[in-house]
This record gives sequence, structure tokens and C-alpha cells, in this order.
Amino acid sequence: MRMILTGNESAAWGARLSRPKVIAAYPITPQTSIIETIAAFIANGEMDARYIRVESEHSAMAACIAAQNTGVRTYTATSAHGLALMHEVLMWASGARLPIVMSVVNRAMAPPWSVWTDQLDTMAERDSGWIQVYTQNNQEVLDSIIMSYKIAEKHNILMPTMVIEDAFILSHTSEGVDVPDQKDVDDFLGEYNPAFKLDPDEPAGFGSLIMPEGPYMEFRYKMALAMEEARKEIKKVVEEYNEKFNRNYSPFIEEYRTEDADAVMVVLGTIGSTAKDVVDRMREKGKKVGVARVRYFRPFPMDEMRALAKKTDMIGVVDRSYSFGPGADLYAETKSVLYGHANIPVKNYVMGLGGRDITPQILEKVFNDMLTIAKEGVVDREVEWVGLQGDERWS
Amino acid sequence: MQLPLGDVMIEIRFHGRGGQGSVIASKILAKAFFMEGKYVSAFPYYGVERRGAPVTAFTRVDDKPIRAKYQIYEPDYVIVLDPSLLTAVDVLHGLKKDGWILINTVKKPDEVKENLDFPHIATVDATTIALKHRLGSQAAPIVNTAILGAFSKVSGLVKIETVMDAIREMAPVKQEDNAQAAKDAYESVIVGGD
Repeated sequence: MRMILTGNESAAWGARLSRPKVIAAYPITPQTSIIETIAAFIANGEMDARYIRVESEHSAMAACIAAQNTGVRTYTATSAHGLALMHEVLMWASGARLPIVMSVVNRAMAPPWSVWTDQLDTMAERDSGWIQVYTQNNQEVLDSIIMSYKIAEKHNILMPTMVIEDAFILSHTSEGVDVPDQKDVDDFLGEYNPAFKLDPDEPAGFGSLIMPEGPYMEFRYKMALAMEEARKEIKKVVEEYNEKFNRNYSPFIEEYRTEDADAVMVVLGTIGSTAKDVVDRMREKGKKVGVARVRYFRPFPMDEMRALAKKTDMIGVVDRSYSFGPGADLYAETKSVLYGHANIPVKNYVMGLGGRDITPQILEKVFNDMLTIAKEGVVDREVEWVGLQGDERWS
Repeated sequence: MQLPLGDVMIEIRFHGRGGQGSVIASKILAKAFFMEGKYVSAFPYYGVERRGAPVTAFTRVDDKPIRAKYQIYEPDYVIVLDPSLLTAVDVLHGLKKDGWILINTVKKPDEVKENLDFPHIATVDATTIALKHRLGSQAAPIVNTAILGAFSKVSGLVKIETVMDAIREMAPVKQEDNAQAAKDAYESVIVGGD
């Protein structure tokens, strides 16, 4: 059924169709309307789940961990400071191998206070052992939640997953969304089949103390293997979903007009959607540019990024966050996987922080800068902040 | 009948005050276009959310999927729910030269033009219409549905019957009264000339 839904309503529908048994959540702008919508579904009897009200995001994740340990599917949602407050227990969820699915609405970290989109909140959790998938429209928000349960719950994976959407640009924007039939989603997902669970009849302990000579390191190694294994399962599940629900998702990187591109822009989230319009406009002027929208940041698409680099002379990486290291995260990781595989210039464009609007005009300027670098073969500066107030270069 | 939009996307900006329902109006209008088979997106500009403070909301419409994920800077239509905003906010900002501004006011387009330098002005007394249908209170009439009926007439882009159906589906209360208010506004809007 086609409905008009906001990104947050789409997330709530994705959760509803996946039939989690427990939802524990704490409100935070811009996430709140996800859990409000779910609360209404439950109150109206449209969703059979236990809704646990908690006093913080830390408790929300702790409740999901406990519930999932009893052998049921769980769901929660948060943003920015809420995600940061969960940090400790995020590590527990992944270490305990609990396939929890959570929506994260990207929001800037204070100070100064900002409720608008910025990807620092999820980037700061890139090492938490969660699979991370970024989305570009409300349809992808809904579909990714359903796919994420299927991937995360595979017994060779068992890794929790964040389904990530940009604040306001998706969360509060209404679009037409195809909502799948419950029966089709039931067929696709199947009943939750936990690999292990707390059961009073068969007592077991989880997460006990391990001495340095004990298997702590092996536990972490198994998580690393599972994240590698997830590459195969993501590909399979996305292809299966495309087939069953008539979609067209690329598993890891959605490439647009990259085949003969002189320069390719690598992005996450909704920037990739706007950039496609810009690519079309520039192609009409004979400028050969393309865009590659990274969907999965964890696991990072190494092979796909290396294959992409072979098609083009230059890669410009746009980050909507900044890490105080060698450039921002998407850039640093892109450059890292290309080392020894592709000898092309790579430049980092940091833009759109705190929800500053990313317009076609500014993206076109970035593309033109990339084409100059592609032609000259030299990166003028590795990391450039785009659109700072008073910076004539980008105004 | 399917009304063609032409090759370009149509962009609409709403100006209202917090509590007047500008954001819901942007969604109902999107719904109406959606019901006529268009691709749509509707979104608010979130400032500080306070009752009475100026609020901006947007609707995009196209014949093809909408990939644009940024604010609207050069709208084709501007819809003003509260006449007091004409002096409080730059309602004409970025409005295309061949675009239209639709204002809820008791004044006629020629009277508005004395203080608003724009060739294409349409006006409708949505406040009186809303009160006639008992939408909101004398102090805070709800004009967001009525003005959508006027938009149908001014733009010719979406049928009044579809707008009324979208209102019936999405208005939280008094669905039929809201739909009839849109019809009244459709019939009484005054479209100014050059």
C-alpha cells in the first residue's frame, strides 16, 4: 500500500512490520515521533508488543539487551546525546551478540545545541560493533529495518544494527512510501529464532569475567569474523528483498553514473540523493561526474570502494561530520582501503554540519573542484571545510 | 483528468504562525497531489517551536521521483496563512517572478499591492470562512484547510475535489467542515491581475 509517511513514521512502520516483542525507548528530538508512532500502534492494538518506558537511553538499551536475551526481537530508536548516553551498553549489545535493531536519527552533538542533521553521533559509534546502514529516503528507512532484522539474526552474524536517517531531511519530511503487506514481511523474516536465550529450565551465564589467558580475545575475533561474514549475508538478503518487494537496492554502494566518470563524489545519506540531480545537470554540460552513496559504513565496503576507484581519476569524499584525526571518517576510511590499490587523488570535503543546508549549487562547486583536481592530478589540500561563513571560495 | 505539471518541479512555501497548522497544510496539499498520482515531499523548517512564532513549511511536487533533499529557496507559490506576517517576514523572498502569492486577508489584491511589490497576488478571506464553519475560535481560527481550496483555484494544478478528499482523510477533527471551508475558499478567492 502506498502511503505518505515521514521518515520517522516509515521507521515506525518498518519496526511494526518486523513484529518486535519489546520496544524500550526514551524520547529525544528528532527521534521522538518514531516512538510516539509506535506507542500509538500498540495502544490501538495494531502492534502486539510490550512498550517499556524508561528514564534514559542507557536504560532503553539495557532493557532491549535484557529482553533480547530472553529470546525475543526488540527495537529502539534514538539520536545524538541519547546515542552517546547508550555508548557503554552498545558495546554490551554487540559483545553479547544480540541482534537488536535500532533507528538512529542523525543529529549534531552539543554544544552549541543543535537538533539538526550531522553524522558525528553515529560516526562516534563506528567501533561499537554495530552494523551501520545509512539511508537516503523514507522508503529505504522502512525497507532497511526489515532487511536489518534478517541480516542481524542470522546465526553466523548475530550483530546488532543501526538504521540511520538524516534529521528533518528525512525524519520530518513526508514522502510517498510503499508499505509492504504484513504477510509478505512475515514470509520474508520468519519467526525469530534466537541462537541462545535465558531459560530458567536450562540455566546459563552470559558475560562472565574472563582472565587474560581466557577467551576474551577469541570473543572479539569472532565478532570480527561475523562482521566480515555480514558482507555475504547483506548481499544475499538485499538481493532477496529486491526480488520479493520489487526494489532496486545496491547492497553496499549505490553508484550513479560512475562508469566513465572523471571524478566521483563519495557520500552518505541524503546528500547522495540531491547529488544525483547535480550529476545529471553537470553531465548535460559535458562534465563527467558521478556519485557513489555508501549504504553500509559497517562493515565498510572495501572491495566495492577499490573497484570504484578503478573507474575514475579522482574521488571527493563528502563528510557531514568531522573527526579530529586525518580528516573525517568516511574520507579516512576510504583513503585507507585505497592505499596500495589505487593511486588516484582523494580529497575530503567537510560540509553540512549542524544541519547547514547542502544545496545543488554548493555540490556543483565541489564537483568542479574535484574535476580540477582530476585534471591536474594534484590535491590542493587534503581536507577542506566547505561553506564556512565568510569564505568567499564557496559562497 | 490528470493535470500535467510540465517539465519542472513545483515548489510551494507556507508562512504561518505556530499553532495555525502550516505544517499540516503542507502535508494535506502533498497528499492531494499524491492522490492525483504525483510524486511529493512536504517538510517543515524547524525553528524554535513556539505558539504564535512565524513558521515555514514546504511542499514539492513533480511528475517524477523527487531526489531533492534541501530547503526550497525559489518557490513557485507562497501561501500566507496570517496577514500579520506580511510585515513581519519577507514573504516574497526568492519567489519566482512568474510565481503567485496567496494571502489570507480581508483585503483585495489591489489593496495588498499597495504594500507588497509583486504582480501576482491572490487573496481570500479564509478567516471568515473558517469561523463560518466553526473551525477554531474567534481568537484563533483554523484557516489552513480553507486556504488549500483557494490554492486549487489559483494554481489550477490540483482539483478542488481532490483537495477536499485529502482534507477529509487528514484533518484530525471536523473533516467535512474543513472540506467545505476549502470549497468556499475555492469559490471566493480573488485572483489579481498585472
